[in-house]
Amino acid sequence: MPELTLDGVRVTVPAGTTVLAALQNAGLSPLRRSLSGEARGALCGMGSCYECRAVVDGLTVRSCLTPVRDGQNVCRLGEVNREL
Amino acid sequence: MNSEWEIVVVGAGPAGLMAALTAAQGGLRVLLLDAQPTAGGQIWRGAAAGQKGKAGDLLRDVASHPGITVLSGAEVIAAEAGKPHVLTITAPTGLSHVHAARVILATGATERFLPFDGWTLPGVVGAGGLQAMNKGGLDVRGKRVVVAGSGPLLLAVAAGLRQKGARVLAVAEQAGLPQVAAFGVAAARLPGKAREALGLAAGLRGVPYWADSAVVRASGQDQLQTVTLRRGRRETTLACDYLAVGFGLIPETRVAVLLGCPLTDVGAVEVNVWQATGISGVYAAGEVCGIGGVDGALLEGFVAGCAASGQMERLHDAPRRAEVQRRFQSVLEQSFALRPERLPTPSPATIVCRCEDVRHGDLQPFANWTAAKLQTRCGMGACQGRVCGPACETLYGWRFTGVRAPLAPLPLSQLLAEPTVLGPP
Repeated sequence: MPELTLDGVRVTVPAGTTVLAALQNAGLSPLRRSLSGEARGALCGMGSCYECRAVVDGLTVRSCLTPVRDGQNVCRLGEVNREL
Repeated sequence: MNSEWEIVVVGAGPAGLMAALTAAQGGLRVLLLDAQPTAGGQIWRGAAAGQKGKAGDLLRDVASHPGITVLSGAEVIAAEAGKPHVLTITAPTGLSHVHAARVILATGATERFLPFDGWTLPGVVGAGGLQAMNKGGLDVRGKRVVVAGSGPLLLAVAAGLRQKGARVLAVAEQAGLPQVAAFGVAAARLPGKAREALGLAAGLRGVPYWADSAVVRASGQDQLQTVTLRRGRRETTLACDYLAVGFGLIPETRVAVLLGCPLTDVGAVEVNVWQATGISGVYAAGEVCGIGGVDGALLEGFVAGCAASGQMERLHDAPRRAEVQRRFQSVLEQSFALRPERLPTPSPATIVCRCEDVRHGDLQPFANWTAAKLQTRCGMGACQGRVCGPACETLYGWRFTGVRAPLAPLPLSQLLAEPTVLGPP
């Protein structure tokens, strides 16, 4: 099972999981803050809404479209922007 | 060296898989592109090649066909019609151009979201959205879920989540009970659907189904805590972990629009009986041509695959089968037509554009999408109007006109590099 880092914490999740599900199952909510400071989480689950953006190995991606991989470093956007 | 593909299929859901396989059976070289990490589309998300049933068979046949190249995680960001048609795609490997003699669009549909107070709270998700998240590994065991909005998808989602251990508190549908019943009768006439419906009913035993209901608001501090529904004149507030809410599906026509394909007045790609669009050499199949479910999508994929590869002799009984599907589709549309008095009512402070935090009150003064966009930045954020565009169409009667390349944000490294040409093997 892939072992990855979510906001600095190491977790092991089943292969085939999305990065989004890994974040959600770890209770890491909200995923980001909106322009006016609202808490936000994933909406569509299929790559349209862009609410689930997260930084994976230095690149901003839609976490719902990104499968987990061993050694991945995942940070919530809000964590990176120091706004959570 | 010939760098041109005979057929490029965009989208690996049921319609795209069937179109790719059908065209390849005619001896053509096919490239099948899909944005998701694995093939199957939304309805067959998580299905494995070779598993029992239609999805497993088709996924296996496509994966093992020597004439088909499957490229997952690849998104079309630009498209230009011509000889050949040129698609620009972004994938983890970089940016590339694809040249195609013929294109089959099977880009499917997205969910329609409508704004109400609290819909931006974490925990408020799409109905199909929560199903997709669950299939992606989200643990819903013991979670309290309210499913709301409109369409037969709500029932499938509720039954699926329940099977995965969620506590579905209620399914709240905006359509009226007679309309829903009429849909049930029409669905039961289709081969295989009656059994499917019985299975759904069994999976939902004990879950209240409230027709004629409206979502009023979601509440919570940084996280959804309660949802308030209106049934008749009574409001009911339920404590829950997820509100899975969607108001039907919308054809995903962005690539079609870039290619210049004419759309119908309900925003689907216009096709003839051979699934040909108004642009020469461009075909379309499945939900992108109108919302009709998996059986219709498979049939249209087959027709498009045959027509695009010149196998007209295989199409002898397709028109008759298509007629049955079209009747089903029109009952579906009528039964779950959105009724203004049952839709959520945003307040002036309700956010409509989630990316740019533009509120209902900011948008009300404008006459059309372009004016609103220029003055408020509505639709100019990360999702490029994918969520607020359809919402504005429903709320204000505007026509969304915000489709332009690139269709997805690109890393600068990809923009600066010379795109490669991705040709057939």
